[in-house]
Amino acid sequence: MSGIVASIIDGLLVGSVYGLAAMGLTLIWGVMDVVNLTHGSMIVAGMFGLFLLTAGLNLPPYAALPIVLAGGFLAGLALYWIAVHRMIGRPPLMSLLSTFSINFVLIGLGTAVWGTVLFNVPVSVPGFTFGRYTFPGTHIVAAVLTALLALLLYFFLYRTRLGKAIRAVAGNRGAAELVGIPTTRVLSFAFALGASLACVSGMLIATLFPFTLLSGDVYQLKSFIVIVLGGLGNPTGALVGGLALGLLEGLLTPFMPVSWTAVIEFALFVVVLIACPTGIFALRRS
Amino acid sequence: MKRLGLAATAAVLLVAPAAFAEDNIVVGMTLSQTGSLNVDSLAQQRGADMWRDQVNAAGGIKVGGKSYTVKFVTYDDQSQGSRVQQLYTRLIVQDHAQFLFGPYSSGLVATAAVISEQYGKLMVITGGAEPKTYELGNKYLFQAITPADGYLKGAVDALHSKDPHAKVAFVYSDDPFSKAVIEAAEGQSKEAGFEVVMNESYGPSTTDFGPVINKVISSGADAFMGGGHYPDSATLARQLYDQKANLKWESLLVAPGDSKFATLGPAALGVSTGSQWELSVKFTPQFGPSGAEFAKAFKDKYNIDADYHSASGYTAGMVLQHAIEQAASVDPEKVTAALNKMDVTTFFGHIKFATDPGHHGLQVAHDMVLAQWQMKDGNLVRNVVWPKAAASADLLFPIPSH
Amino acid sequence: MTDLASTHVAQRRDSVLRRPFFWVIGVAVIVFALAPWIGNDVELRESFMLATIYVILASNLNVMIGYAGYINFGSIVFFGLGGYICVYLMAVPQWPLAAAAPAAGVIVSALALPFGLGILRLRGAYFALATIGVNEAVQAFVTNFKPWGGASGMYLSTALFKPLGGPMQALWTIYFLLVAIMGLSLYLSWGIKISKFGLGLLAIGQNEDAASVMGVPTPLYKAMAYCATAFLPAMAGGLYFFKGAFIQPSDAFDLTFSTEAIAIVMLGGQGTIAGPAIGAFFYEQLRGWLLTSETFSNFQLVAAGALLLVIVLFLPGGLMGWLYQRWPRLSRWIE
Repeated sequence: MSGIVASIIDGLLVGSVYGLAAMGLTLIWGVMDVVNLTHGSMIVAGMFGLFLLTAGLNLPPYAALPIVLAGGFLAGLALYWIAVHRMIGRPPLMSLLSTFSINFVLIGLGTAVWGTVLFNVPVSVPGFTFGRYTFPGTHIVAAVLTALLALLLYFFLYRTRLGKAIRAVAGNRGAAELVGIPTTRVLSFAFALGASLACVSGMLIATLFPFTLLSGDVYQLKSFIVIVLGGLGNPTGALVGGLALGLLEGLLTPFMPVSWTAVIEFALFVVVLIACPTGIFALRRS
Repeated sequence: MKRLGLAATAAVLLVAPAAFAEDNIVVGMTLSQTGSLNVDSLAQQRGADMWRDQVNAAGGIKVGGKSYTVKFVTYDDQSQGSRVQQLYTRLIVQDHAQFLFGPYSSGLVATAAVISEQYGKLMVITGGAEPKTYELGNKYLFQAITPADGYLKGAVDALHSKDPHAKVAFVYSDDPFSKAVIEAAEGQSKEAGFEVVMNESYGPSTTDFGPVINKVISSGADAFMGGGHYPDSATLARQLYDQKANLKWESLLVAPGDSKFATLGPAALGVSTGSQWELSVKFTPQFGPSGAEFAKAFKDKYNIDADYHSASGYTAGMVLQHAIEQAASVDPEKVTAALNKMDVTTFFGHIKFATDPGHHGLQVAHDMVLAQWQMKDGNLVRNVVWPKAAASADLLFPIPSH
Repeated sequence: MTDLASTHVAQRRDSVLRRPFFWVIGVAVIVFALAPWIGNDVELRESFMLATIYVILASNLNVMIGYAGYINFGSIVFFGLGGYICVYLMAVPQWPLAAAAPAAGVIVSALALPFGLGILRLRGAYFALATIGVNEAVQAFVTNFKPWGGASGMYLSTALFKPLGGPMQALWTIYFLLVAIMGLSLYLSWGIKISKFGLGLLAIGQNEDAASVMGVPTPLYKAMAYCATAFLPAMAGGLYFFKGAFIQPSDAFDLTFSTEAIAIVMLGGQGTIAGPAIGAFFYEQLRGWLLTSETFSNFQLVAAGALLLVIVLFLPGGLMGWLYQRWPRLSRWIE
């Protein structure tokens, strides 16, 4: 029994980070109807950011967070102007393809420079042991930081002018323009914000598990599952969706062979999509 | 005058390639420069490259008075089976490879083997341990490493010597190699009298082993065996440590055989692996360098320590060279016959191939050793701990808990 | 897209045999088949074989993407499942290739119907995500499915090549069969386009709700398109994995493959027939060249991605779109 409880709790801890990863994706999708396939490489960029900062500059791991956040933001801005700006307003397929191709370029460059070797960032935080089970300190810290970031995002979107502008543009771009909101700048900011969230989530994931240049794909896929569970365009929904996914993984593992978890996850994904496509906590019903 | 010069140049150009082709032996192979297998594939390739460079520096392979320079033609298979077949066909048809080395990892070897058999080209394999590939009726495959069922036999025997009633959990990657190893290991464990409390595979791209490790803890296991290739085995080691699973025994595939494994720090202590070759295990070679000579040359050339992947890559070349010399010919049929007859000892170990049609090419003489990471003067080192006759240190059991 | 529809209406009256494109396809297919055969150029055959696979995947995908406007990210699932069914039927109950491959096509098409009806209720990006989910779910399932070898996959012994005359001869036979399937794919996608069914799909692609109101039976048409375009890729998968004599889940359900197919449809020109075919051919040559070139082999992903980015940003109509702009009369000959 305690094994199941331990699994659930650990699942929730890790799931929160999945939720953070998905928040960036859902923000971008919700605000500008763009399916951002560079999401995976932004996550990996965050992972590498942590590695370079800790290994190269000997920074304590968690101190890298603001740097990764800022760096991710700048990268997001660059990506927006290169690949996304021209695609706003066009069918989602176009932005999907343009972000997909940039992703190829980024992963290709990364592979040429770093190869696909495994990188490990040793982070030791005292864990919490309960009986035979230990919750690694890194998991707990990551979950706490995720909660903080989610809270900050919430305040930003709902209590600041810029946040309100973003939500206005998301709701109705035309109307927002009419009221004098500089929509292009707002869109670029929103995209950059989404990218920086992805980067930070990557950084946190790197404190938990080793990674390679190709790790982004796995978390990108998980992010898609999360936003389907949590609803498009809704960052809170993304967090809840992430927790739900983590909970699912934690709950299934004690009862069935680990290799079946993936089947259930994806089957559930398809079923939820068909049954309630806008997700469980949809912001907009389309 | 100009015309004569032109004609002369043309004549030289026409003759020269032909002349070159005569004195070259072209060996074709793919390696995984990109993709998840690249760490181990590159290690294997370094060994093969070093062999080629040494042979050519010594004047090439000498056959019947002629000296042949060894030429490699390589392509990147991106760790994907889908490219392997096209690339091996290209190696055979366009690059005129006379002999082939297999790619790294059993899955890729299986696809490549189809091509080499379809075109009747000889292939020396040191990257594919799964036995099934050799059981489909081939004529030209030669496996120079111990097959999959040998990987954890040493671990089972070593564990048995300390804890005859161990409770074992098997958690391994869902790929052809790891599956074959664990299938055999499970049988060996049951024979040894162990209780198998868990046997599960995970998808090869799994990154979070937390849930499955909790399951291992819940199962009451005191020994853990499994993993896959470098990325997942290394992650398992780290997470087993982070989650304080405190198992008495951990045997993981592939990763602990690499010197990079030491970067895991305390998580590496006590972890053991089946190894195809370790420096401390000394064989008296009938030809080729000794283990120490090989290791030194490797360190001088690449500035890193040789591991069993590099040693196996080097051995592929050594074995091919010896077969060509014994056959006194580069004719593929004669070289194949020489390989079939081969029964030799090299620094890598004893090499002999099965010749019955049902298992042709399977390695029957090479043995693996069990290597374990232990502390020595405050540093992590890898020692051979089993079999006792080859051991350079005592078995560390149980793994110190924390 | 309106130009497409109007050309369509204008051309509907010509009988198929009088339309030049019919013959263009035929000639192209014959050239494709004969080019490696005449010189016994095995390397060319191998590269053409991969190109044919890309053409088959892309031209069938084009029906969903280019006509109906539905992006199928996971179209590789047809290819992979077809491969598994064909290999299984040949390995276990020992069916001959001539029976196993069409059977694979039929079974996969039949399976596509219920799946399709389910996920085709979704629109746009949701549908795209659902197709990924379907592919991943099927892959995860097959990885656990012991009768199909699980993660280790299934092997075919070389003895199975004997009925086709041994491995060397069999490889040629398989190539010709694949070229035939490629021809069928091109004719199928063209045939759909000039039919009433195709008109309905194009209408759905323009504005699904309007089409529905105008009387187009949208759920039925979409499901038909989904199933019809599953058949040939499934057969192609059967042939491809039979040729390789080995199938495993990570190869059979590789999402990169279907994403490349989408890229090819875009590169060539979605909605056209020649577009995906030409795009597939050039893409395969490009990637193959990049893969084996000394200088670029580390940069193949970069180059492929950059090329695609340029096309998407500046030439959204793809190659054919650009050609039609410059030479509008071309659309009479090459559709």
